[in-house]
Amino acid sequence: MDLEKLERIKELKEVWEKELEDLKERCEPAETVSGQPVKILYTPLDTENLDYESDLGFPGRYPYTRGVQPNMYRGRLWTMRQFSGFGDAYDSNRRYRYLLEQGQTGLSVAFDMPTLMGYDSDSDRSLGEVGRCGVAIDSLEDMEILFDQIPLDQVTTSMTINGPAAILWCMYLATAEKQGISLDKVGGTIQNDILKEYIAQKSWIFPPEPSMRLITDIFEFATDHVPKWNTISISGYHIREAGSTAVQELAFTLADGFAYVEAGINAGLDVDRFAPRLSFFFNSHIDFFEEICKYRAARRIWARRMKEKYGAKDPRSLKMRFHTQTAGCSLTAQEPENNIVRTAYEALSAVLGGTQSLHTNSMDEVLALPSEKAVKIALRTQQVLAYETGVANTIDPLAGSYFIEAVTDKMEAEAEKYFKRIDELGGVLPAIDQGFFQQEIADAAYEFQKAVDRGEQVLVGVNRYRTDEPMELEILKIDPEVERKQLERLKRLKENRDGDKVTACLEELKRCAAASDNLIPKILDAVRAYATEGEITATLKEVFGEYREKPLF
Amino acid sequence: MEDRKIRVLVAKPGLDGHDRGVKVVARGLRDAGMEVIYTGLHQTPQQVAETALQEDVDVVGLSVLSGAHMTLVPKIKELLIENDLKDVLLLVGGIVPEDDAKKLMADGHADRIFTPGDSIDSITAYIFDWFKQKAES
Repeated sequence: MDLEKLERIKELKEVWEKELEDLKERCEPAETVSGQPVKILYTPLDTENLDYESDLGFPGRYPYTRGVQPNMYRGRLWTMRQFSGFGDAYDSNRRYRYLLEQGQTGLSVAFDMPTLMGYDSDSDRSLGEVGRCGVAIDSLEDMEILFDQIPLDQVTTSMTINGPAAILWCMYLATAEKQGISLDKVGGTIQNDILKEYIAQKSWIFPPEPSMRLITDIFEFATDHVPKWNTISISGYHIREAGSTAVQELAFTLADGFAYVEAGINAGLDVDRFAPRLSFFFNSHIDFFEEICKYRAARRIWARRMKEKYGAKDPRSLKMRFHTQTAGCSLTAQEPENNIVRTAYEALSAVLGGTQSLHTNSMDEVLALPSEKAVKIALRTQQVLAYETGVANTIDPLAGSYFIEAVTDKMEAEAEKYFKRIDELGGVLPAIDQGFFQQEIADAAYEFQKAVDRGEQVLVGVNRYRTDEPMELEILKIDPEVERKQLERLKRLKENRDGDKVTACLEELKRCAAASDNLIPKILDAVRAYATEGEITATLKEVFGEYREKPLF
Repeated sequence: MEDRKIRVLVAKPGLDGHDRGVKVVARGLRDAGMEVIYTGLHQTPQQVAETALQEDVDVVGLSVLSGAHMTLVPKIKELLIENDLKDVLLLVGGIVPEDDAKKLMADGHADRIFTPGDSIDSITAYIFDWFKQKAES
């Protein structure tokens, strides 16, 4: 835009600002849910320096601000992938088949706490937790049941598993083998993002160094044998749920991403051999525009750094593909039906931000694991969005908005400031060790809660328009019998398998863990022999030790 | 009773790592003038009871978001009683369905359950009231 026109706009803006002086404002602060101030109007003056070609470009072209595919949703809609798992493998298998019948296009497995932490169901630590937060998986046998009648060459599966990711991934691969499917046909994602566990989600097992080794072993094995697999899903979701702001989610997640890239390069891998299989996972919180800007900024930062700093040349290494889940922490226990509405808005911003796949939370997730009815409404929310609203017709439809572009730029700049601070602390692992991320997130969470308690951050039905009417919602209850049945099946398994073979596999695994071999083939052998997750984890703990956190608040 | 700070152990028993709530509450109680000890994550019931004993606390606050509350809370209450800490106020926060909350309180396993939507102030006020009543009795 030429200078003369900008000068004219500046004059007009001053006139408009004069008019504002006499007008009253609402009492709620003009800031995002992350506490970022926003202006009440954006004009061409806010996007003066925007260069279409270098800052936005075309979809499917560097720097990918407008999306990673040239035709985006005109080619294929996002994958509708509902995160689900509860009870034992039989219960969850029934739920998966129900979701597939309802038109869901991919699976996403939620494991119970013992599985996430590397304990078998019969461990003392598992008491009362079996099948509660997700599905209980102890051995290959459970995994076979979980995917019974679900052909693994026809669906892709995402598994939220981190500390013991290598073990559960091997169980999945062994299940595919049992179904007669070769590994190069198997597609899916393991979360496998240990850094955000130390930072936010807190389901860890081993210390950072051996954990990073397992991750690079997975990168290497997948590149050679399971090329369609996304070896990691670098996750901001949990960082946000733990209370971070949008900028912190953006910056910390990308910093983790770059740390994995550096780990891969340091392990001797060529960046373009493993980077194309890296994927991301973001939160979609309630502040509609801030979220859209976050996704756009994320794509641009990733592409720029991968190219400029890490020398990636393959365009697939530069493209940030990501899954999104609507924000569980934005939902309220009061009047849970309102959560359907919140989730719908959040889903819309994820789609306008160009997500590759999406989970919409069920209205009852703040109360319990979702009921079948609630999860169906959540899936229907995506289907209405995809097929009725028309939002999937045009790519990145908000590009060029003075507001969207200005905030996208600002988020990129704020993220760069965090990268600098993290570098000054010595990188991601030293920053974790110093409690930097943990403290930043705890501070943000506390500020947010205080704003809620003061009534400045409005939650409808909680601190505004509260009714305290009794809630009438059927919630899913986990039968305590699940734990007993799971323990029985595990006992039978241990009696019936070839115990000598299990012992031999575990000894070999231990030997290799102490050396520097790639551990995946050894874990795969142990899994095929029906060694349990807990046995494999315990074996590795003998060599690797366990992670301990310094508690802070 | 002399005018002293209320000592609170804030604990995270079980395997879940959802520590947003527990940390916010810990800080809120500290800002309200209480002495707060936070155990950190993944505590066994035995560890919680031992820390409560060692730290000589007035209040134990448990945060459970994994659904294991019906196992963990009664176990911890039992261990507190065994350690002669039956008068310690036992509070629970987390994802606890209403029926479970009623049962835990009716069976004497917990004094009060706080759930999503409850403010920090409502928790501090409850503790201060309890402490005052205890001092008067």
